[in-house]
Amino acid sequence: MLKRTPLFELHTAAGARLVDFGGWEMPLNYGSQIEEHHAVRRDCGMFDVSHMRAIDLAGSASREFLRHLLANDIDRLSPGKALYSCLLRSDGGVIDDLIAYRLGAEAGLPGIAYRLVVNASTAEGDLAWMEQVRAARGYTADLALRLRTDLSLIAIQGPRALERVAQAAPQLAEVLGRLGNFQAAACGPWFVARTGYTGEDGCEIALPAADAPAFWQALATAGVAACGLGARDTLRLEAGMNLYGSDMDASVSPLEAGLAWTVDTRFPRDFIGRAALERLQAAGGLRQFLGLRLLGRGVLRSHQDVQAPQGRGEITSGTFSPTLQASIGLARLPAGVQPGDEVTVALRSGPAAARVCRLPFVRHGKALGAAA
Amino acid sequence: MTVPADLRYTESHEWVRAEADGSVLVGITDFAQDALGDLVYIELPEPGKTYAAGQVIAVVESVKAASDIYAPVAGTVLAVNESLKDAPEGLNQDAFAAWLFRLKPANAADAAGLLDAAGYQKQIESEK
Repeated sequence: MLKRTPLFELHTAAGARLVDFGGWEMPLNYGSQIEEHHAVRRDCGMFDVSHMRAIDLAGSASREFLRHLLANDIDRLSPGKALYSCLLRSDGGVIDDLIAYRLGAEAGLPGIAYRLVVNASTAEGDLAWMEQVRAARGYTADLALRLRTDLSLIAIQGPRALERVAQAAPQLAEVLGRLGNFQAAACGPWFVARTGYTGEDGCEIALPAADAPAFWQALATAGVAACGLGARDTLRLEAGMNLYGSDMDASVSPLEAGLAWTVDTRFPRDFIGRAALERLQAAGGLRQFLGLRLLGRGVLRSHQDVQAPQGRGEITSGTFSPTLQASIGLARLPAGVQPGDEVTVALRSGPAAARVCRLPFVRHGKALGAAA
Repeated sequence: MTVPADLRYTESHEWVRAEADGSVLVGITDFAQDALGDLVYIELPEPGKTYAAGQVIAVVESVKAASDIYAPVAGTVLAVNESLKDAPEGLNQDAFAAWLFRLKPANAADAAGLLDAAGYQKQIESEK
């Protein structure tokens, strides 16, 4: 029996094509994922991401715990700021990627020290891992972990997102007006974060599940297009953003998934996986994580073989880019391959030429540099 | 889901329209386009080439996946729908208007042996 979010009835009423995503019955599209993609780049679209999970931390050990748990350093955060981090195993493999928010009274949430938002299929495993680490570190009395199954999550993304959210929910206008990029604040029982997974401006709102249907409908009335997982994938790939399970998993370190920038080794902080990453770095021969753009017809897909003069690589995720009108992908490639190089990809139809690109492919709705 | 009564169908979701001149037009059904999602590329056969029934004759590629199209009957390709190649989304919009290719059947009677609308309707019901 697949799990359903509080917005399920609205999705079916809107004609959504549903799909099993990590055990959840979610909208793949509401008719055309390409139209939904364009809506986000040109105007505004909304995504039901209530299958993702917020995990709240409270207690005096919260900060020390996260400084040990996460590869990025939450001490970078002032109240109301967020960062992107990997959750690592001690061998350096990625358990999940997540956004961590520093909360507390100054962010309008005095009872919550930090919030992590994690992926749907990994949420329970992440929590189990965190409980294990909490016990191992002796923090059990001073750290409460709470899986917020009472919250729904809605992402509203696009150049007109903040404007349309303020239209649909005027009580949020003040908060929206002062949030900078990667900042968050509470507004009553709602939580607004200026974050997203599309490369566009916008916000992600956590709200009590009971409030979600009315808010979704108010957004629709304000002209926001409902968008499914299909568009979510093409948007994030254009924006050069990783998808856990495709671009990295527990067998890959952040160093080979383009995520070295999320690992903070500036200070002698003992975080899980640090020693392993330092060994991997010292050993050398690390593969690179770069973009590919197919030069001709066809679509790049996960696991397709890539042949470069320097050796073999692999597509980790691929799709058709509605903004570029060409196929793009993310790939793990041998050291020495440069953006601008031509490589050969083994498509279903045979070998095809692709250009190596820097990421992202698209920023603020426009194609960038070598990808253009 | 539309299943026009005047067409014939295959189990692999191709539709076939018998034309007055004995040729047949072939496309894919509304059920198929719905399952595939937004189409981005369509590869069509070369006019003049001959195919056996069930042989891969074309490929449609959506954002989701590539899908082989099979010759519904043995025959020779007379023409292909070039305009569809440049605007594959037209097939999503109206699958039964979007013919992919025209075939000259090797045997005039073959098309009549395919599923009728009722038979295809049952087929898609069982796949839901």
